[in-house]
Amino acid sequence: MLRVRIHGRGGQGAVTAAELLSVAAFREGRHAQAFPTFGSERTGAPVVSFCRIDTTEIRTHEPIAEPDGLIILDPTLLHQVDVFGGLRPHGYILINSTRSIAELGLSELGDSHETGRMLTMPATDIAHEHTGRKLPNAVLLGGFAGLTGQLSIDSIEAAISERFPAPVAEGNCAGARAAFELASTAEVQEAARA
Amino acid sequence: MLEQIEGSLAVAKTVARCRPEVVCAYPISPQTHIVEGISDLVRTGELDHCEYLMVESEFAAMSACIGSSATGARTYTATASQGLLYMAEALYNASGLGLPIVMTVANRAIGAPINIWNDHSDSMSQRDCGWVQLYAETNQEAADLHVQAFRLAEQISLPVMVCMDGFILTHAHERVDVPDAEQVDAFLPAFEPRQLLDPADPVTIGAMVGPEAFTEVKYLAHAKQMQALDLIPQIAAEWSDAFGRESGGLLRGYRIDDAETIVVALGSVIGTIEDTVDEMRERGVSIGVLGLKSFRPFPLEEVREALGGARRVVVLEKALAVGVGGIVSANVRMALSGIQLHGHTVVAGLGGRPITGKSLLGLFEDAIADRLGPLTFLDLDSERVERELERMHEGGASGPHEQNILRDVGVVAGGSH
Repeated sequence: MLRVRIHGRGGQGAVTAAELLSVAAFREGRHAQAFPTFGSERTGAPVVSFCRIDTTEIRTHEPIAEPDGLIILDPTLLHQVDVFGGLRPHGYILINSTRSIAELGLSELGDSHETGRMLTMPATDIAHEHTGRKLPNAVLLGGFAGLTGQLSIDSIEAAISERFPAPVAEGNCAGARAAFELASTAEVQEAARA
Repeated sequence: MLEQIEGSLAVAKTVARCRPEVVCAYPISPQTHIVEGISDLVRTGELDHCEYLMVESEFAAMSACIGSSATGARTYTATASQGLLYMAEALYNASGLGLPIVMTVANRAIGAPINIWNDHSDSMSQRDCGWVQLYAETNQEAADLHVQAFRLAEQISLPVMVCMDGFILTHAHERVDVPDAEQVDAFLPAFEPRQLLDPADPVTIGAMVGPEAFTEVKYLAHAKQMQALDLIPQIAAEWSDAFGRESGGLLRGYRIDDAETIVVALGSVIGTIEDTVDEMRERGVSIGVLGLKSFRPFPLEEVREALGGARRVVVLEKALAVGVGGIVSANVRMALSGIQLHGHTVVAGLGGRPITGKSLLGLFEDAIADRLGPLTFLDLDSERVERELERMHEGGASGPHEQNILRDVGVVAGGSH
């Protein structure tokens, strides 16, 4: 089972991201369960959402305490919320930031973490470039698919297209694909550490 | 069609395919997405011949449902928590008059302290209002139960609540095979009311009844629920023949046949318990889980048969009868009357506290090792409770409990998960 936890702030699309991830997995014939935390639906407040993906039926309905994948939509959360709490030893980490792992002060975590499983990318800038808006969620899903190799970019794009009207979907798909390609490049992953 | 869809929307689409003629809605979390979804389907014309009434309160919603159902219209509404309580008087009228309204309850806690998260306090508080109460384990079952509910309600002329866990199910996106419109039409015949308000042929519905006949009319409600004990499994069997999947019924056991310990529960927590049961079975522990699907009527005989061979029964419930303990467990004990076994009540998941596999594992291990008392509160922070009790003991104005405990926990306002 792949257990993904997404951290963002109200308005950044963390809940939608989990839903889109589940739709992408569903389109690949897998079982998926996406759900938000509830009660903090205020713009700017920390928000957490979850997505489980498996090849068999998912029966549990508890929150994900020990994820194998983290998507962090806003780097300012690093100082406010225990975003890495419960992360499994080989878990994937994708952070939306223009800075590298070292610049974010995460060198220690980066050193102990398996190569190729921790990445930062300027998702807000990529989103702005492709959509004219600064919502990083769909872009990061492309990045997550590239980083983990667990989902195809076609499924991610299909999930985005199913959800949004054509012009919005097109921009987000282009952004997601750019992020996918970026994350799939080993040199980028190395550079992100420096 | 199999879809990856939010639970609320799956229910909205399914209800629309039952072709309700009147939907009375008043929004309250976590039910709102359901009636919003139906309102969209009415607006786009996907659900036609349906009058969608946005009313001013839950009391009005149920009152309007009573009126429309009495005129022979298939009628639906949804609510939760304080909304259900606000309906309470009208709920008794709907059932007392024998009106086959179907209502979703997106289960949520009841304040004070105010809390929007999931538990079963709302529907459990109305367990004796005369409505049939069905509990969904998954979003698939929640969707399916609505079709079955209309069929049952109209056949016995009683209202039916379909209870589904608020947020945990209503806001979860999972795969659901939303029942196909043609199949629903084949399964659910047109509503033929047993009583009808019609200006052309006037009758009185809801006459005053004195001591000479009140008991008999009330007894009829009970007799009809006893009929439902036969009808619910029949409808579920027909459902499985028509749709090719199991949904509904009175109860469902998982690995209980030879189990020494059986856990009893309702709703979405059953899935989490099944995972824990599998984990323990792998280690050779003899344990299973019995999911109750129908709480009203309560299937006394079937529960007795399912549990009678066990050595230990743990009833896990998401509600609390303050001053005594369990609600579900009191009913389970009635079913087990005369049978000697270890019985435990566990109150869990109140106000949205997650029920984790880890906690369940520890709980069941404690039960099997005879370390569990008759009444347990899962993951209760006893220290915090003791501290507040001490503050009270010191005398004087100790202040509001919820503020004191929140301060001890270190948060200003609540948050969950």
